[in-house]
Amino acid sequence: MAEEILYLTELLGLKVYDLRRRPLGRVRDAVLVPRLHPVRVDRYLVAGGGGYTWLYVRHDQVAEITLEGIWLRDELLVPYHADEYALRLVRDVLDQQIIDAQGRKVVRVTDITFEIRREGGHDVLHVLEVDIGMRAVLRRLLQGWVPRRWIRRLQQRIPPNSIRWELCNIVEPDPQRRLRLNISMDLLEQMHPADLADIVEELSPEDREAIIEAIDTEVAAEALSELDPEMQAQIIESLDAGKAADILEEMAPDEAADVLGELEEERSEEILEEMESAPKAEVEELLEYDENTAGGLMNTEFIAVHEDATVADAIDALRQRQDLVDTINMVFLTDTDDRLRAALPVGRLFLARPSTKVAELVREDDEVISVRTGEPAERVLELFDKYNLLTLPVVDEEGRLAGVITADDIISVLRSR
Amino acid sequence: MLRRLRRHIALFFAVIGPGFITAMVDNDAGGIFTYSQAGAKYGYLPLWTLAPITLLLVVTQEMCARMGAVTGKGLSDLIREEFGLRTTFFVMMLLVLTNLANVMANFAGVASSLELFGVSRYVTVPLAAAGVWLLVVKGTYERVEKVFLAASSVYVCYIISGFMVKPDWTQAAIYSVRPVLMLEPGYLTMLVGMVGTSVAPWMQFYLQAAVVEKGITAREYAESRLEVIVGCIAMTVIAFFIIVACAGAIHDAGPRDIRDATDAALGLKPFGQYAFLLFAIGLFNASLFAACILPLSTAYSVCEGLGFESGVNKGFREAPVFYWLFTLLIGVGGGVILIPGFPLVKMILLSQVINGALLPLVLIYMILLVNKERLMKKWKNTRFYNAVGWTSVVILIGLTVALVILSVRDLMAA
Repeated sequence: MAEEILYLTELLGLKVYDLRRRPLGRVRDAVLVPRLHPVRVDRYLVAGGGGYTWLYVRHDQVAEITLEGIWLRDELLVPYHADEYALRLVRDVLDQQIIDAQGRKVVRVTDITFEIRREGGHDVLHVLEVDIGMRAVLRRLLQGWVPRRWIRRLQQRIPPNSIRWELCNIVEPDPQRRLRLNISMDLLEQMHPADLADIVEELSPEDREAIIEAIDTEVAAEALSELDPEMQAQIIESLDAGKAADILEEMAPDEAADVLGELEEERSEEILEEMESAPKAEVEELLEYDENTAGGLMNTEFIAVHEDATVADAIDALRQRQDLVDTINMVFLTDTDDRLRAALPVGRLFLARPSTKVAELVREDDEVISVRTGEPAERVLELFDKYNLLTLPVVDEEGRLAGVITADDIISVLRSR
Repeated sequence: MLRRLRRHIALFFAVIGPGFITAMVDNDAGGIFTYSQAGAKYGYLPLWTLAPITLLLVVTQEMCARMGAVTGKGLSDLIREEFGLRTTFFVMMLLVLTNLANVMANFAGVASSLELFGVSRYVTVPLAAAGVWLLVVKGTYERVEKVFLAASSVYVCYIISGFMVKPDWTQAAIYSVRPVLMLEPGYLTMLVGMVGTSVAPWMQFYLQAAVVEKGITAREYAESRLEVIVGCIAMTVIAFFIIVACAGAIHDAGPRDIRDATDAALGLKPFGQYAFLLFAIGLFNASLFAACILPLSTAYSVCEGLGFESGVNKGFREAPVFYWLFTLLIGVGGGVILIPGFPLVKMILLSQVINGALLPLVLIYMILLVNKERLMKKWKNTRFYNAVGWTSVVILIGLTVALVILSVRDLMAA
């Protein structure tokens, strides 16, 4: 009876027969070589001679695979040798944690499902799914004690729980090996940064650092901003200064400053050294403030124009900071000494004619609410609550605009209490 | 310099929790009974065992804390990854069974300690079970840990009641350092009991998981180790005062066997209402505390090891197996206490037997894991530490097996 699928648990211990149908040994592991083929089992590791000799059976040496055994069509077998391009399913995948990119969580592999395919007159195995959950647990527990066909019948009552192989991401901390095994970070990079952050949180420190190190800097920065400050610091600490600087540059300056504030001074200076001058200056400025003051909460990502400017000038200023367009909702007006004069909702700019002076758009009742950099965080929260703010400008002792605090900063503060 | 010192102190407080809580819960209803019995029957003589107990505790706990900090994975995770599913399943089944019996013992502690104040167990046990369940299900890890740390401070009760009894401090001091061995079966049984119950399998799982959950990494490991050591010492200090209190109050009036820990509390009554009250409150607190931690730790370990979602920070829907197991342990553990004529003593003896089968496995897996270079890198055991570790493990296994034999004998008699 020919089966269509085979589980890794069933494959293990399966007898391998030579051309004259004499048993050669039993299967101990299945090897994938992702650089040759992403899903086909390339070789089987067979223990013969009472378990003392380990042999490789190449996929094209197999004639037939059934639940009863594997029959060869070529018995010129090579002895086992370590191969850095080989992914051994039992050693490297079974019982280990992998990332389920669709379910967006970390799962533990209990079993693997293969599809038996006939290719050019002989049977090959293609990896189909990774099995998690009760059904696979039952197979593992009974394997070797109960005949394979009985287990199949028993498991039917339990609903399956599997993840398609293409949607699994193997966690491999060693970058060299990742390259050899052709493990890409595409699946992770396509996830929402918040989901990626949840996954990263669940992994061990080593895997965590490896992922942040390997994925695209921008994605890494976004995911990192979703983690709690302590873990951010742990990860940044573990990276080399250059990489850490690259990631911090991509983060909002206030968040970057918070991360650096958590590190030891020597280390944080080392990373600052590696940063480019523009983001570095902003971050350094923010680092000066105590984290429990308005200055510590603010970021320097805002747009300000001179009060004599026209609407066209203001829109031009917006164009130059396209990176901010998605998040800002206020444009600030300042005088010649950079002192804050008014705050203008962005929307008003688009309703006015380009030649209008921005100052004319300010209404009588537009009172500008701001805080000094040294004011305690408590006061900032009060203001946000009282005036239902989305953005609050922060000014220095002379009344010059120093930065802004946005509602998402406030949510982080409240969450961390 | 000052800045660095301040940083170290800050780090120490940041990592406080796992080691301290684990050590404190070691003094649960069963532990308090063992120590009370030792003091009531043999006075100050058994005090010398506390120093070696501390040492054994520190050695075994330290390895788990180190594994947690370095690998970022729980003990059941590591057993699964290195020894496979079937082994893990077997270990987890034993863990559930022995911990279930432990939960029963602690709910019994809750019931009997409050019955001292005349409150019926049909009121206290359901209330306690509901409270424990709500605390964990509705809380976050940070909040739960704070409650646990607060509960740890209630153990001070024993220190105060120890002082109120006005025991013979000179004798206590002498016998703390002078080993006394008598070839009397009762005395030997007591020694085996004291040391054998000092390290339990759940502690290894709980400690390592708590270290991971708290986000402690190799970087903060120095502080975390200190915390583990301080916790173990605190635990033996409490044990010292329990023994001394019972020695001063009961043994000095006439050595005798006590039936349970509440019997010990009653024995303190002649020394004032407060000594009795504090001892009883201490017992209630310890029982409730353990009734909370044991189901939680069990559910964590099982789910981690078998690959189900777990964690108090997840909801009921996200981690159903975790919550069901937790709920069941509390429900069954508390429920049986309300069944009249339930053979609780037999259950506890039986749990000692399962415990004796499980502990050697856990300790051996633990020490094998902590020696794997691939996992532990430069943090793996040194040769000297391995010698100490294996010696401790062998001693503990020997004593546990002795305890099993004694339990089987009692089980036959019962």
